[in-house]
Amino acid sequence: MGPKMNALSVENVWKRFASLMVLEDAKLDVASGERHAIIGPNGAGKTTLFNIVSGLLRPDSGRVFLGTAEITSLSPDKISLMGLSRTFQVTNLLMNLTAYENVRLAVQSRLKMLHNALTRVERIPGIRERAEEKLTQVNLEHKMSEQAGKLSYGEQRQLEIGVALATDPDVLLLDEPTAGMSPVETERVSQLILSLPRTVTIVFVDHDMDVVFSLAHRVTVLHAGRVIAQGPKDVVRCLSEVMDAYLGHDRSQECLLS
Amino acid sequence: MNSSVTQSPAMAGRYIVLALIAALALVPFLAPKYMVNLLTEILIFGLLAASLDLVLGYTGLASLGHAAFFGAGAYTVGILAVKGHCTSVLAAVPAALLVSMVLALIVGFFSLRTSGIYFLMITLAFGQMLFALVHKWTELSGGSDGCSLGKRPIIQLLSPYLTVDFSDYRHFYLVVLVTVLLAFVALRGVVKLPLGQVAVGIRENELRVRFMGFNTFAYKLAMFVISGCFAGLAGILYMYFNAFISPEELSWVMSGKVLVMVILGGVGTVYGSVLGAGTLLLMENWLSSYTERWLLILGSIFVFFVLFAPEGLVGVFRGAAARWGRK
Repeated sequence: MGPKMNALSVENVWKRFASLMVLEDAKLDVASGERHAIIGPNGAGKTTLFNIVSGLLRPDSGRVFLGTAEITSLSPDKISLMGLSRTFQVTNLLMNLTAYENVRLAVQSRLKMLHNALTRVERIPGIRERAEEKLTQVNLEHKMSEQAGKLSYGEQRQLEIGVALATDPDVLLLDEPTAGMSPVETERVSQLILSLPRTVTIVFVDHDMDVVFSLAHRVTVLHAGRVIAQGPKDVVRCLSEVMDAYLGHDRSQECLLS
Repeated sequence: MNSSVTQSPAMAGRYIVLALIAALALVPFLAPKYMVNLLTEILIFGLLAASLDLVLGYTGLASLGHAAFFGAGAYTVGILAVKGHCTSVLAAVPAALLVSMVLALIVGFFSLRTSGIYFLMITLAFGQMLFALVHKWTELSGGSDGCSLGKRPIIQLLSPYLTVDFSDYRHFYLVVLVTVLLAFVALRGVVKLPLGQVAVGIRENELRVRFMGFNTFAYKLAMFVISGCFAGLAGILYMYFNAFISPEELSWVMSGKVLVMVILGGVGTVYGSVLGAGTLLLMENWLSSYTERWLLILGSIFVFFVLFAPEGLVGVFRGAAARWGRK
């Protein structure tokens, strides 16, 4: 059956920017309901991989599947409608609109347009409840009517996850959800990700190894565009290749963070 | 307690709007003919500017070819009357709206693949293409001599009790007032619909909206066509008002003027466009009688607004109202 068992699979993806090879034969298999971390040093190709999976970039070769459906080189909006949602490394919101309006627009994308084309958005049955539910899920119900641009950095990152969840995705890509956060904020977002239902498959990139190894079931290690390890987190943690990529050739420490 | 505080400015605003509309409705019975005509022109160009505001202020697209849709509306009415001997308003208006919308669909289909300065340049190029077409296709459009409407129509509404004579300046002013007010309600309504909300999202951050699952190109095109439709409506009114149109009215100079009106009035407000159109046309009228160099003054005022009042006249009034409210 191969890739057809998975929520997301990436097969032999290559990507080159001019003379720089960013991804070489990248592979990824994520089972349904899994929390899968992608780690690797800066420039390893993690964000490029996300950009290819979510439709922002086209791979030079290789294929991407969402469940059993091929999504290689489809447009971001089509991929979103097929059930994949993502957040961005750099906060990416509708900054002049309120937190509620941000989420509501994402909810609106799942409604039948022609049914409601002549209804004022605010009067579409159920839209407010669904948006409020998503805001509650990311603990922002008390910031509903605040402008997104005026939220704290940590709250903006929470809102991003809320916007991504509001399209009811099967697969959620989180690009460095805790980057630049204080320890308290990091803990809050980790708890938030832990609380998400297992009906959503999550693939995330993060540099905080505490976050990675507390959330992930399996881990993929990218280094210079190549997958150098992929497997259960405890196995990957101790692989010497990982230690090479992260710690150079000093193997005095047996495992990362243990 | 709290609600009365938040509601009273909104209620006050509503009364001010109603009072303004009542005052506008009384104008033709009190003011001299030249003023009524000037106000008619201001309302028509206010509508044209408001149609541009729908794409500029609510979708984030700066078009420099909007005079083309205005011209398409006006010329369709004129050509139908002159060449087709069709003077029926009921036939000419839908036909002219359709032509404007189809033109907007074609222009939008090609230019909306770009954004920013490229979009500006491509809409400008399309506008100039239409200008050249009208200028050269003398047989159809009258070329540089322009196109005359001939006799203005008379409509029998609920005949014989209510007759609307388009050649009577009072009648026609009221026709324009009602049409423009309804168009404004419609334009502000569009923004509240799902389509308009996606457009606002595109203005804020198109990439994010694409990743929510919206085909942003289709939404931008829909907004552009609606905008072209209202620009065409303004052109239709202008043709019935002026009974004549020349190619100059659809050149890029006109498109630029309309853009200035929107910015002077306040981008993203719809009704600000009338203030912008009013300011520009009144200055054109009054300043030009004092000096030939009135454009110099207009230019300075425009620069002042862009630098110090980027939210236009509406922003200035809102700021003043807020300060007054706090006292």
